[in-house]
Amino acid sequence: MELKSLYREIVNEHNLRPSHKAAIENPDLVLRGVNPSCGDDISLQLKFEGDVISDAGFVGTGCAISQASADIMIDNIIGLNKEEALKQAELFMSMIKGEALSEIQFDELGEASALQDISHMPARVKCAELGWRTMKEMVEKNN
Amino acid sequence: MDYRGHFPIFKNNNSVYLDNAATSQRPGCVIDAVSDFYAYSNANPLRGLYDLSMKATKKYEDARKKVADFLGAQSPSEIIFTRNTTESINLAAYSYGDEYIKEGDDIVISVMEHHSNLLPWQRLAKNKHANLVFMEPKENGVIEDDEIENKIGKQTKIVAIAQTSNVLGIENPIERIIERAHQMGAVVLIDGAQSVPHKKVNVKELDADMFAFSGHKMMGPMGVGVLYVKNSIMEKMKPFLMGGEMIEYVTREEATFAELPHKFEAGTVNAADAYGLSVAIDFINKVGYDYIEKKDTELTQRIINGMQAMGHITVYGHEDPSKHNGIVTFNVEGVHPHDVSSILNEDGVCIRAGHHCAQPLMQFMKVGSTARASVYFYNTSEEVDKFLDCLSKVREVCGYGT
Ligand SMILES: Cc1ncc(COP(=O)(O)O)c(C=O)c1O
Repeated sequence: MELKSLYREIVNEHNLRPSHKAAIENPDLVLRGVNPSCGDDISLQLKFEGDVISDAGFVGTGCAISQASADIMIDNIIGLNKEEALKQAELFMSMIKGEALSEIQFDELGEASALQDISHMPARVKCAELGWRTMKEMVEKNN
Repeated sequence: MDYRGHFPIFKNNNSVYLDNAATSQRPGCVIDAVSDFYAYSNANPLRGLYDLSMKATKKYEDARKKVADFLGAQSPSEIIFTRNTTESINLAAYSYGDEYIKEGDDIVISVMEHHSNLLPWQRLAKNKHANLVFMEPKENGVIEDDEIENKIGKQTKIVAIAQTSNVLGIENPIERIIERAHQMGAVVLIDGAQSVPHKKVNVKELDADMFAFSGHKMMGPMGVGVLYVKNSIMEKMKPFLMGGEMIEYVTREEATFAELPHKFEAGTVNAADAYGLSVAIDFINKVGYDYIEKKDTELTQRIINGMQAMGHITVYGHEDPSKHNGIVTFNVEGVHPHDVSSILNEDGVCIRAGHHCAQPLMQFMKVGSTARASVYFYNTSEEVDKFLDCLSKVREVCGYGT
């Protein structure tokens, strides 16, 4: 997908009308994620029930791709346990680095797989990764 | 006048290049000069006693003389070749600053400085327990007289300031700053990275003590920069890098150093790029600063007018386009600068987005980051129009109604 369609078909919706861009109540984990060179700066919040992510949200600023990608990620990970969330993060990172994924793996990523073509835009890879990278770091640290 | 034909990149590439403040393009004569140096004159300069080495040395020293004339220096010995502005300022901060700054002294810069004219002074101030003092501009980018008088005082030992800001494009009142600094007994370094490509500089008339610039922003090669230092000051400075070529006599324990300016040029020098820079100077002189300034203003005016007509765009800095030196920093309402730049890239338009290596200025302006279009005399009004046309569609691409 070329960049402009990417914005029109997926990024804008999540950037302008995000479902999860708000603080959540009593988060168990909070971590700030930053891309110093572009100024993307988010704070990701996760809440758990046992091992399962029961709620999540983020606040912050950044380019449309960083914000949309974080919003999509949260859609994906609510309801997953830690191990499943980490596995998704790994899949997403592989995809965004341009590695080939199987049909099944694409399905697993759901809407996030629409960001695949960012792998051809080296200047934007970091933006797309920000939410995922931050989530991975939080969960790994607390596993 | 059409100078575009001199630039191979415009034949090989259809991009609309509006990132000239980051680096300019180079004319064929400069590219050929570097290649000719290696093809016809290559040997280690300053070392050999044979013809080829002397030829290389002559090319290098002629380039130094060319730079001295170009800046209005008194003598070629006042010209130190470096890699770029950044290295020039680091040299000044170490060889002069580290020697003469004491605890409690003030080092005065401005909040507009490029990180290259901030971090060397920040380190020096920390090491010496000196104070780093920031002059601040008004919203239109102007540093006013009372700010100069308030910040530069008896404690001030060094003032370092950009002649032209790489974000706002504004020219700082360096004559006044130099006058005040000298009254207070301080030395002044001017960061000329953004001014030299756009306007005639004469270091003697300015009475600047040190002056730094990069070759690559004025059509020269990427690997060469300059630090001008008044002879009377250079004599008092300690060497920067130690090693070959910068010595007079060496024993196991001691060394004496080469005459000025070679004392500050350790190791094998970048003669090919210095020669390339001298050819860039010839080219700039041929084009003429009158023409360059006229084109800068014309294109800048066109950009700012177009942006104002478009709406939803904030232009930073002075309202007068002739005070922008070809630099227009802006934001599109509701769209992050990185998205602006990526979307324009889809249409082959190259602009910069981010903090432009001037984070304290971004903090002062209370913006996270900005987009920046910067022109040079070889840009055309057609290019500006294409940029404006693409820019006018960015909000729509990002999901806003037009
Ligand atoms: C005002 C100013 N100072 C210093 C620099 C650093 O130049 P260079 O990267 O060539 O060392 C730049 C360019 O990026 C600049 O615009």
